[in-house]
Amino acid sequence: MTKKRNILITEVALRDGSHAIAHQYTVDQVANIAKALDEAHVPYIEVAHGDGLAGSSLQYGLSRTDEFKLIEAAVSVCEQTKIAVLLLPGIGTIKELKQAADLGAKMARIATHVTEADVSAQHIGLAKELGMEAVGFLMMSHMAPVEKLVEQAKLMESYGADVVYVVDSAGALLPYEVRERVRALKQYLGIEIGFHGHNNLSLAMANSLVAIEEGATRIDGSVRCLGAGAGNTQTEVLVAVLDRLGIETGIDLYKIMDLAEEIVAPMLPAPQEITRDSLVLGYAGVYSSFYLHAQRAAKKLGIDARDILIELGKRKVVGGQEDMIIDVAMEIKKKREAVTR
Amino acid sequence: MSKLKVAILGSGNIGTDLMMKLERSNILQLTTMIGIDPESDGLRRAKEKGYEVIDVGIKGFLEKPELAEIVFDATSAKAHLHHAKLLKEKGKTVIDLTPAAVGALIVPPVNLGEHLEEKNVNLITCGGQATIPIVHAINRASRVEYAEIVATIASKSAGLGTRANIDEFTQTTSKGIEVIGGAKKGKAIIILNPAEPPILMRNTVYALVDEKTMNETAIIQSIQDMVATVQSYVPGYRLRTEPIIDGNKVTVFLEVEGAGDYLPKYSGNLDIMTAAAVKVAEEFAKHMLAKTV
Repeated sequence: MTKKRNILITEVALRDGSHAIAHQYTVDQVANIAKALDEAHVPYIEVAHGDGLAGSSLQYGLSRTDEFKLIEAAVSVCEQTKIAVLLLPGIGTIKELKQAADLGAKMARIATHVTEADVSAQHIGLAKELGMEAVGFLMMSHMAPVEKLVEQAKLMESYGADVVYVVDSAGALLPYEVRERVRALKQYLGIEIGFHGHNNLSLAMANSLVAIEEGATRIDGSVRCLGAGAGNTQTEVLVAVLDRLGIETGIDLYKIMDLAEEIVAPMLPAPQEITRDSLVLGYAGVYSSFYLHAQRAAKKLGIDARDILIELGKRKVVGGQEDMIIDVAMEIKKKREAVTR
Repeated sequence: MSKLKVAILGSGNIGTDLMMKLERSNILQLTTMIGIDPESDGLRRAKEKGYEVIDVGIKGFLEKPELAEIVFDATSAKAHLHHAKLLKEKGKTVIDLTPAAVGALIVPPVNLGEHLEEKNVNLITCGGQATIPIVHAINRASRVEYAEIVATIASKSAGLGTRANIDEFTQTTSKGIEVIGGAKKGKAIIILNPAEPPILMRNTVYALVDEKTMNETAIIQSIQDMVATVQSYVPGYRLRTEPIIDGNKVTVFLEVEGAGDYLPKYSGNLDIMTAAAVKVAEEFAKHMLAKTV
C-alpha cells in the first residue's frame, strides 16, 4: 500500500501549531487531527508543547493539556504514522525524552540555537539508545554563516543524529540562503538533510522547494499553516506541488486537503495569514513564537508590536528569550514617555 | 584579627577568579593553589603572587594538609566526588563550586546560617545563586505556589562541563527553587545567547503566589531588601526594572555584571558563583574562629 516516498514530510501543526493557539490543544483535537493525518499517510507527526517537551511554562505559555496525554492520544490513533517529539536542551531534559519514548514516540528532534549544537550530545545519544530516530534541529539558521552551520551540523552528526535540519525559525531566510546552506550540508555531511520553514516572508514554499532541489529529503509542513508567526510551509499545498513536480510524498492529496479544511480550519481562532507583525518577524529575523507574546505586550503598553520585534532583532535575541519581549517593550515605552515629557 | 587559611583546588577560570577575590578578604588567607597543569595560567599567576603551588592535584595537598582548613573545589562534578571523600578524611571543610551537589545546597542570604557546622557545602548553579534569593524573598512575604526562572547567559561564559550536561542545570536549579527558595513547585530554564559583544547574565523570575496571602507592598519591599543583601557580596547584581505584579503573578528581571577580576564582566554567571563561594567561606571562617577563641 505504501508507495516509495522521495521526500518524508513531518507534520508540525500539533507542535509548532501549538504556538498559534497559545498551547490550548485538547486530547480530542489532537486525536482527531492525528487520526486523519494517519489516514492520509503522513509519515511523521510532531506532538509537544510549541517549545518542545517541558515547554509548558509562564515564560512560553502554560499548556492546557499535559503534553504527555496529547502524545499518548496521538500514538493511540495512528496505525502507520510515527509520532515525533521536539526537545530543546535547557528546557526539556532526558527525563521527559524517556517518558515520551515510553509512550511510543519514535522520533526525537533535538533543537538548539544554530551555534550551540554541543548541548545536544546527551539527548541525541539517549534518543539513539532508546531506539528512536534522532534529528538535530539547528534553529535560527539565518543567524550563522554557512561554515558555522556546517560545523555545528557535523557535531550533531558525530553525536549520532540520523538527520540534521536547517531550521528557519524566524522565516527570515531567502531562497539563495537556503540553497547555499543545504548545498553545503549535503557536501560535508553523510546523513539526510531537512528543512523547516516559516512563512513570514511568504517564502516557506519557495524555500522548501529550493531545499529539495539541493538534496534535502525531509521537509516540515503544517496543515493550514498552523504554526508560529505566519505558520510553516502549508502541508496540503506542499503535497500538491510536489505531486506536480513528480516527487512522491506518499501522502493522499484529497485526504490531507479534507482534514485541513474540515478538521483544522474550523478549530483556528483566526486564519493563519501574513500580518504586518508576522511579516516583521521575518524581516527582522526574530523567532516566530515571539509573535503573540509581542502583540500582547504591545497592546498592554500601548506601543507598536513591530517596534518591539525590530528592537529584538537588533539585539540578536535567540529562541526561548520570550522574557526579553516585555523587558524591551517597557524600555520602548519609557523612552517614548521621556521624549513626550 | 587572625585569618583562616584556605586553598583553591582547580586552576581554571573559576579557580583563578577566586584567587583574585580572596586577595581582598579580611578573614581568609589564601595559601595554596592546587592544579594539575603547571603551565596553566592560574598556577603561573599563583606562583608569581607567591602562593604555594601544587601541580600534582589533590594528592599533593593531602601530603601537606596543614596548608588550609577550607578548600574551594573548582574542578568538575566527577572529580569532586573523589575529592570530597579524601578531604573529608582529613577533616577539611569543602566549598564545592561544581554541580556535584554532594553536600548541603547553600544560597548565602537564605540558608547559610543553618549550615555552619557542615563539612561539605554546594553552591547549586549560577542561575540558582541569582534567582533563589528572589524566590525566597517573595515567599517570605506571600506564599509561593510556583516559581519559574529563566537564566540567559553569554555562550562564551558557558563552559564545556555545563554544555555537556545541561540537564544538570535545570534539574539542580529547580530543586533549589523548591528546597531553599520555598516554592511548592519550581522550574528552571537556561538559554545560551551567542551575541557579540557577549551579553550580561540575565535572569527572570516568575512566581505565582497564593492569592489569599498576596501582599504587594510587602513583596516589593522584600525583593528590594534581598537585592541589597546580595549586592553586599555580588556588587554587579541588580534589578533591571521594578518588579511587575499582575494578579497573583510576580515577575522580576535581574542582571548580573561580573566584577571583572579574572573573568570578563559579561560572565556574571561565573562571578556570582565565585563571589558566593567567598561569602560562604567568610561566614564559615568567622564561625570557626569564634569557636577557637
